[in-house]
Amino acid sequence: MKKSYLFGIIIIAIAVMIIIVTAGDASTYVTFNKARQMADKGITKKIHVVGELKKDMNGEVLGVEASIDKLSVTFLMLDNNNQEQKVYYNSPMPPDLVKSEQVVVIGSYNKDLFIADKILLKCPSKYEEEEIKL
Amino acid sequence: MIQIILGDIGHFLIISAFATSIGAAFSYYRSIVTKDELRRSKYITDGRSFFVLHLLSVWVGIAILFYLIFSNHFEYHYVWSHSSVHLPFYYKISCFWEGQEGSFLLWIFWHTVIAWIFIRKSKKWEPSIMVTLTLVQAFLVSMILGVVILNVKIGSSPFILLKDAMDAPIFKANPNFIPKDGSGLNPLLQNYWMVIHPPILFLGFALTIVPFSYAVAGLWLKKHTTWIKPVMPWALAGGALLGLGIVMGAYWAYETLNFGGYWNWDPVENAVYVPWIVLIAAIHTMMVFKKNATALRASYILSISSFLLILYSTFLTRSGILGNSSVHSFTDLGLSGQLLIYLLFFTLIAIILLIIRWKTIPGEESETNVYDRSLWVFLGAITLCLSGFQVIIPTSIPVYNSILEGLGFESNMAPPADQLAFYSKFQIWFAIAIAVLSGTAQFFWWKKIKKGQLFQDMAIPLVITLLLSTIIMALGKVHNVSYILLLTAGLYAIIVNSRVLINLRNQKLSGGAITHIGLAIMLIGILFSSGYSKVISLNRSGVMYSQNFPDEINKENLLLLLDDSKGMGDYSLTYTGRKADVKGYGNKIYQRELNNTLDPYKALVKEDLIIDGDKSLSKGDTVEINPENTYFEVNYTTRDGKSFSLYPRLQENPDMGNVVSPSIRKTLFFDIYTHVTVVAEDEKTWSEDERQVVKLGEQFFLNDYFALFDNVSRVNELEGIELIENDVAVKAQIIVTGKNKDYTLEPIYLIKDKMVGKIPAESADLGLRINIEKINPESDSFEFIINTAQKDYIILKAVIKPLINLVWIGTIIMLVGFFIAFRKRIY
Repeated sequence: MKKSYLFGIIIIAIAVMIIIVTAGDASTYVTFNKARQMADKGITKKIHVVGELKKDMNGEVLGVEASIDKLSVTFLMLDNNNQEQKVYYNSPMPPDLVKSEQVVVIGSYNKDLFIADKILLKCPSKYEEEEIKL
Repeated sequence: MIQIILGDIGHFLIISAFATSIGAAFSYYRSIVTKDELRRSKYITDGRSFFVLHLLSVWVGIAILFYLIFSNHFEYHYVWSHSSVHLPFYYKISCFWEGQEGSFLLWIFWHTVIAWIFIRKSKKWEPSIMVTLTLVQAFLVSMILGVVILNVKIGSSPFILLKDAMDAPIFKANPNFIPKDGSGLNPLLQNYWMVIHPPILFLGFALTIVPFSYAVAGLWLKKHTTWIKPVMPWALAGGALLGLGIVMGAYWAYETLNFGGYWNWDPVENAVYVPWIVLIAAIHTMMVFKKNATALRASYILSISSFLLILYSTFLTRSGILGNSSVHSFTDLGLSGQLLIYLLFFTLIAIILLIIRWKTIPGEESETNVYDRSLWVFLGAITLCLSGFQVIIPTSIPVYNSILEGLGFESNMAPPADQLAFYSKFQIWFAIAIAVLSGTAQFFWWKKIKKGQLFQDMAIPLVITLLLSTIIMALGKVHNVSYILLLTAGLYAIIVNSRVLINLRNQKLSGGAITHIGLAIMLIGILFSSGYSKVISLNRSGVMYSQNFPDEINKENLLLLLDDSKGMGDYSLTYTGRKADVKGYGNKIYQRELNNTLDPYKALVKEDLIIDGDKSLSKGDTVEINPENTYFEVNYTTRDGKSFSLYPRLQENPDMGNVVSPSIRKTLFFDIYTHVTVVAEDEKTWSEDERQVVKLGEQFFLNDYFALFDNVSRVNELEGIELIENDVAVKAQIIVTGKNKDYTLEPIYLIKDKMVGKIPAESADLGLRINIEKINPESDSFEFIINTAQKDYIILKAVIKPLINLVWIGTIIMLVGFFIAFRKRIY
């Protein structure tokens, strides 16, 4: 009996450890403001920021600039509090970037620039399109 | 003419399938609870009749939906939103299961097939199994019921008309309007794997119902020990097919998506991986249940869990809860409530049954000892479960957020930022443990080992393992500790299992050893192809982007201008141009060799072409093209002069955006995986006019290319323009020396009806446009206007995946092992 209890305890210990490490490794959705505060405190953890690209009155996207060799891109993003932030993405510009309705950037601050390691784009999908072409 | 009647029949059949499944469940249930023998057989006959009606309803319903898709009935919403007239036959099959409704139908279909085999083969268990199965079936069919009761929408029917699904103004004007074309199949799914992967995966899904139904029946009827033997072949078939489905999905992702690998720990992948792992664990505990009381209880829990996890995965992928965090999740049809009820209903039933019957499950606690073979198998099962647990916990983060928000709390938890690194750091240790256990358990299984004898028996395999792993470590430069351990554990599993295999007297028992060898080979393949995958398109231009940046930011993409060569790793790369997707000719014809026509699916051949030395096309021939596809031809040349071409692809679908797919050079020891990340835009911005006066026969520079004004000739025929008596047309012939070949540009100067017309010559490849501005007969010279534009270019990413073939070979060996074990157990 004792052995099997020991067994159970070890399994539970591993399971608890998994949960704790997962909770520690989980990222968070924050605003640029919060991300900035975290960076100032020296927390280097990668975080998620949700927002959209900056647009002018006519809905034209502003501030998207690909680098000269086209291998990286910077853009202006507004988070859900409408705070503007310049974001650098060290990969070629995703073709759907300017069409996107919503952008999620995953990364962290480097001085004044937000460096995105990964970008998730929500694009107007065909399913939401209530339009029939003739 | 709008075809309404078929859709009405289809809808009726779905409703009938729902009603008959409930009828069957009820009849079978009564056959079990009744005490009267005579009534029992009557109820069973009733249950069967209901089931046959159910099966017919489902099958005819499916046939109708297929018919509507194949005959392009775009008045139906499902057909319109998933199909298109231009799709070839085999992709129309995939249209069927692109949407939620069709994939539910596929799942329902497999359940009917399984139930059919069941009724034919297993008399004893039929009623109790069929109760659960038909009840599950009723829930599944309710997902596609498409009925509104008391303002609550139950299910989403695949037979709904477009005009009923969409509130488009055109239907007010013309209620009988039928679109000429559908909106097409998602370009990602236009792949042969998407024709076979879903049916196999859903068959695997469907097969998990069998262990679940048996476990429920075992608990319900207190037949605690007899349910395991008949369930084994089903569980093995389920394990094999679900595993095969997962690997096929991984292979599809590898070939089609551009995230650079076959496995991404995407929530949808995880959602199927976890039930599979649990099913495999269940198979293991079932093998040792006779020896180990805990194993019997574990078999109950795991058989039930694997099915419930399938329901959970269905909930995750179809309720929209994953939102943007996954590449392959379905669109939300507003069925989340229904899915949740479905999940909770079966979870509750299973938990209640387990609690009520827990005490009645037999088993005396025996003291475990290290030489007990069942202990090792059991340990393996536990490791598998823990590994699944590690995956499902973070995958469910969006669910925790929803629950917390539902309870009024604020939650901002997000999935780990780097999923690959996060999951790998755990899973590599589970993989090491599983490899070690699979070898050791198999060894104990094969031979009863006594104390003291162990080292004697294990010495030789251990020495061989260590020797081999040292050699591979040195040759393959494996330095990372966890990698060294995984490599050694994998080799150990291969060697010990091979030893067992060789010494087996009865080859019918070889299933386990072979499966484990396959698994270990697969693990080693994963170790090398993922752990040592190497981006070779590194950009070492040394350009600093901003003062803010640390130097170590590597650019993993390479810019290739047309006809420019660039060195990359051991290769020299040249981008040679865009190729069209031509029916019958694949990716053999350059886009520059074709003229577009008004019909985007047809093109005209510009000049006579010889393809592959034997096929030929003449000027003016019409070819059929798929305008969505563009192939970018990239030549790879090695240092010793060998060369090959890769054709990464871009699919442009106006409705669904652009999709890039890789092109893979497969060799025995590694794959070279290449995809484009960005391509030059089609629309050009031309530079300002540049004038040059050139004499006939003179050489000059055109946008840095060497050019020769070779000839002037009179043109007698012009396409699209009729030339009459006093009209004159002259063309200048300019030969431009490109990097790899010469281009001939022929601008035309035209005088028609005493008016001057100029037809420019353009080369997209060179980024060059030339026009004749003026002809100076006195000086024998022409004045040209030259415009330049950004030359065609691509940005690509190339990755080397070492030993990736081991992953596929391991999978095949595993399947062979499953098959042998399966065959042994059905006899």
